[in-house]
Amino acid sequence: MTEEIIIAGFGGQGVLSMGQILCYSGVMQGKEVSWMPSYGPEMRGGTANCTAIISDNSISSPVLNAFDTAIVLNQPSMDKFEDSVKPGGLLIYEHNGMTRKPRRKDINVWAIGAYDESLKMNNVKVFNMIVLGGFLKIKPIIEMGNVIKGLEKVLPERYHHLIPLNEEAINRGMSIISQENKV
Amino acid sequence: MKELRLMKGNEALAEAAIRAGADAYFGYPITPQSEVIEYLMAENPAERTGMVVLQAESELAAINMVYGAAGCGKKAMTSSSSPGISLKMEGISYIAGAELPCLIVNVVRGGPGLGTIQPSQSDYFQAVKGGGHGDYKLIVLAPATVQETVDYVKLGFDLAFKYRNPVMILSDGIIGQMMEKVELFEQQARSTEEPEWATVGKKPGRDHVIVTSLQLQSEEQEKVNLRLQAKYREIEKNEVRYETIMTEDAEYLFVAFGSAARITRKAMEMARAKGIKVGLLRPQTLFPYPYEAINKLADQVKGILTVEMNAGQMVEDVRLAVNGKVKVEHFGRFGGMIPNPDEILNALEQKIIGG
Repeated sequence: MTEEIIIAGFGGQGVLSMGQILCYSGVMQGKEVSWMPSYGPEMRGGTANCTAIISDNSISSPVLNAFDTAIVLNQPSMDKFEDSVKPGGLLIYEHNGMTRKPRRKDINVWAIGAYDESLKMNNVKVFNMIVLGGFLKIKPIIEMGNVIKGLEKVLPERYHHLIPLNEEAINRGMSIISQENKV
Repeated sequence: MKELRLMKGNEALAEAAIRAGADAYFGYPITPQSEVIEYLMAENPAERTGMVVLQAESELAAINMVYGAAGCGKKAMTSSSSPGISLKMEGISYIAGAELPCLIVNVVRGGPGLGTIQPSQSDYFQAVKGGGHGDYKLIVLAPATVQETVDYVKLGFDLAFKYRNPVMILSDGIIGQMMEKVELFEQQARSTEEPEWATVGKKPGRDHVIVTSLQLQSEEQEKVNLRLQAKYREIEKNEVRYETIMTEDAEYLFVAFGSAARITRKAMEMARAKGIKVGLLRPQTLFPYPYEAINKLADQVKGILTVEMNAGQMVEDVRLAVNGKVKVEHFGRFGGMIPNPDEILNALEQKIIGG
């Protein structure tokens, strides 16, 4: 199993930490992982993104130009990465703030309303965890127990009381994500 | 038991410095390596091991603080990125001339000039062929993973003290910024020994010691140079390190170091899937360089492609190694652009197989 993922969105949407949590959860499950952030001027407006790779085998390149999964959380990210999904691959998008739907017909497309759901939970900070839940519903490559262990590693101890809230957000993401195109 | 963590290359490097028993770090922030000093400041190793961490007023000050600490026999290091390393060059030449051990880390970004903050390998010449003035050599280690970054901090200090020579770790923006699984070695105690060459004060029973890179008599300066050259030959004999991947049956060969080697490995896997028998040689030391290993493989393969994030620097050393036996070409992206595996495979097919 090798899963090559690009996660992209606005700065502040939790794109980088979502990739980190996914990777740390992978470590907890005994996988090989790599996480590579964008750290350039693109972080100061427009899109922030990170490449997360989770594999049973050692990982060669940490930077890629084609992905099994693209998780895009704003329009510039969809414009940039829709074409980078491998044929038959997966595109997940947050529909809040998008001006168009994905055009590709040769990939699986799923939509999630994570922003609206985070408002229902009265906590926009769990937005990225809702999205992560949606991803894990479609690609259950990491067990929930290991995601919680990953959260324990990434979050400083003073925030550990928030882990149940994050777990709830992941569960909600799993239930609200819906399919728009199937190949 | 060894500790497993998910860490950024720069943070892992900083933690490894503390654990290697370093006495001092002097630095000045610059992207993409600022996490080194950020981590050290937050970790405050003064409490853990007594290690000094100081943000100097400039890169020049930082390297000269390293010079001073190394002259006292201390395990000292600095880190920076390309433009900052250029500023340190005078000090590095002095340290090499005075034959002092230290560790210098360059997390390379695109140049020339202030350039860009994105990853690059365009400081190969500067690291390997000089950079500062005079006939000197750095031992240059080129990690390709976060794990190797950690391991080379320890190795780097060991080699620096073994040969009394500055060692450079040539990292780049990819390895510095990416997170990977890393196994940290156990904390080593800081050394309490005073090397005989260290300037720690003339005490009874201790000889007068002078650390200098200045000799006003040219006969004396030639002796220094002869001693340095003999040392470099010794390093060339003992310290060449490289990795070969799928070279046993290879008809073609990639040569790449650092993060470019990882992207090239992906291209190699893609080529193999297409039935192209290509292997990869990855130098782990850039000085000393694996000339002999490449020369031997040149008897076996039909052509060699170097992949570098620069306009063609290491390719010169590969051509020296191959000495005209087979075709050697270069493929590179530069200025902070990262080559992708498709274009590397394409370059192999166009420049080497079809060319």
